[in-house]
Amino acid sequence: MSSPSLDKEQTPEATREPVLQAKGLVKRYGKVTAIASGDLELYPGEILAVIGDNGAGKTSLIKALCGALVPDAGEIRLDGQVVHFKSPMDARQAGIETVYQTLAVAPGLDIADNLFLGREERKPGVLGSVFRMLDKKHMKSEAARHMSELGVGTLQNIGQAVESLSGGQRQAVAVARSAAFGSKVVILDEPTAALGVKEGNRVLQLIRDVRDRGLPVILISHNMPHVFEVADRIHIQRLGRRATVITPQSHTMSEAVAIMTGAAEPPPAVA
Amino acid sequence: MASDTSGGTTTAQPDLPTGFDENKSESMLNRIQHVLHANPILGPLAVLVVAIIAFAIVNGRFLSGANLGLVLQQVTVIATIALGQTLIILTAGIDLSAGAIAVFTSILMANMAVKLGVPGIVAIIIGLILGTAMGAINGLLVTRINLPPFIVTLATLSIYFSLNSVVSRSETIRGSDMPSIMTATGNNAFRIGGFSLTWGTIIMLLLFAIFFYSLGSTSWGKHVYATGDDVEAARLAGIRTDRVLLSVYLVAGLIYAIGAWVLMGRLASASPNVGTEYNLNSITAVVLGGTSLFGGRGLVLGTLVGALIVGVFQNGLQLAGVDVVWQGTAIGLLVLIAVALDQWIRKVKA
Repeated sequence: MSSPSLDKEQTPEATREPVLQAKGLVKRYGKVTAIASGDLELYPGEILAVIGDNGAGKTSLIKALCGALVPDAGEIRLDGQVVHFKSPMDARQAGIETVYQTLAVAPGLDIADNLFLGREERKPGVLGSVFRMLDKKHMKSEAARHMSELGVGTLQNIGQAVESLSGGQRQAVAVARSAAFGSKVVILDEPTAALGVKEGNRVLQLIRDVRDRGLPVILISHNMPHVFEVADRIHIQRLGRRATVITPQSHTMSEAVAIMTGAAEPPPAVA
Repeated sequence: MASDTSGGTTTAQPDLPTGFDENKSESMLNRIQHVLHANPILGPLAVLVVAIIAFAIVNGRFLSGANLGLVLQQVTVIATIALGQTLIILTAGIDLSAGAIAVFTSILMANMAVKLGVPGIVAIIIGLILGTAMGAINGLLVTRINLPPFIVTLATLSIYFSLNSVVSRSETIRGSDMPSIMTATGNNAFRIGGFSLTWGTIIMLLLFAIFFYSLGSTSWGKHVYATGDDVEAARLAGIRTDRVLLSVYLVAGLIYAIGAWVLMGRLASASPNVGTEYNLNSITAVVLGGTSLFGGRGLVLGTLVGALIVGVFQNGLQLAGVDVVWQGTAIGLLVLIAVALDQWIRKVKA
């Protein structure tokens, strides 16, 4: 059951504002050009996959969007407003949550601690302000709520150390964290790379759930079947710039790979 | 789906009763592993309890109030220093200069008071500041210049010990020459029968309580664990890991400096020649307490238990009439077992 999304109505970008937009981003490291011209539009309620060969500049592009690198030129707009991210914290405060390929979870801490890592909640009153006491109860119940909202409430125990979870469950924790705190955009970097078939599918469903809750998702992946399964639109990055944007309906997987590797001419972008 | 697979296994099981048994014993071991993983303090606590019972059986005097009070006194200084060491090891670091900072600070405090005539309480406060500064220097070298903690503290260990001799001119200052407050940590706070508790021990226990709380129930504590667990993950989660690390080295320095005050009370002197063993013994206490040298897991209460294990073994072996030279062997074996256990517990699987 794919939810109604823009691939069925491909014209409305004239009327709809992109949530997140990158225009003419440039990033050079000495003589190496990581992004020649970074352009990207993410519309409300969609899953935008970003694909590209190694060295195509997709990682740099995404890093610029999530604040991990500062572009030399170009602009990023969030809800139409120009933003300047100097660190991942800036992007995060603006409502962009990123799940890194390395997961960024602390294996020894439990699920609730990980969900709230870096933004713990303190108890109200003197206990919180003077003694800095954490409101563990509230964080646990909130964590349980977020997990079950994404249909991963079956995770045995919210007080369980993350290292005792399977790869897919850890991924679920990371995705739940981004969904819980991302108010505008969720960026997922290779979320299924380290997972088995079953767990990979589980995470794909999770990604759809996030979108269906109203958060647009940018998905970076090398896994073409996964991309074609969940993406509403597919942004193809090549040689430091956007080659084109296609949809799973407009092109086949092998066509996409051909465009990505330069074997085929990129068609005009669909949106 | 799930019922399908379980149905499949149950049909296969009855034919192989021995296989089933094997499975069960394996899961027993797994369960122990899980329990220890979830409650890392259980292992050290079991060792402590067994040791106490064993030594009590060998020599009835072991459990006397006077002897237990003595054990507490003997472990107070090392437990205090080991508390600071625990914080650093939790961040996957190590502090070889822990004991050197404590001893050097005690020399600074005593010399200020006796040679320069600084009032006792002022000398202590300045000493606490200087000890904190020494910890901060370690922390700055680790976070700003990105040197490995092992190398940094190996170097500062050498520096602090040599400065120690420079400042003290290798002279011991007797407690009777110092303002009384400087050795007050060695005075009894109260005694019940033969059992007595010194102010130094009470300070030590208070410190453990404070850090039990701040590690377990504040954001700072969570960030210390996360940083030690996986520094990159912590950074990506938005934690300013350099700040966390610096704060840990700074706080550890302060704890060592408090240890210096406790040390002067315990020895009733300030001597540049003591404490060479504190550096490594503090690590021993931390490891015996179940804190992982790889960072991110462990409890300060474990360290208290670890320090007590060392104290109980030293005291108990002595009472049992075992030659003192064997104490090191016993402690060394315990450390090996503790580290092996930690490795095993870390391999826990879902």
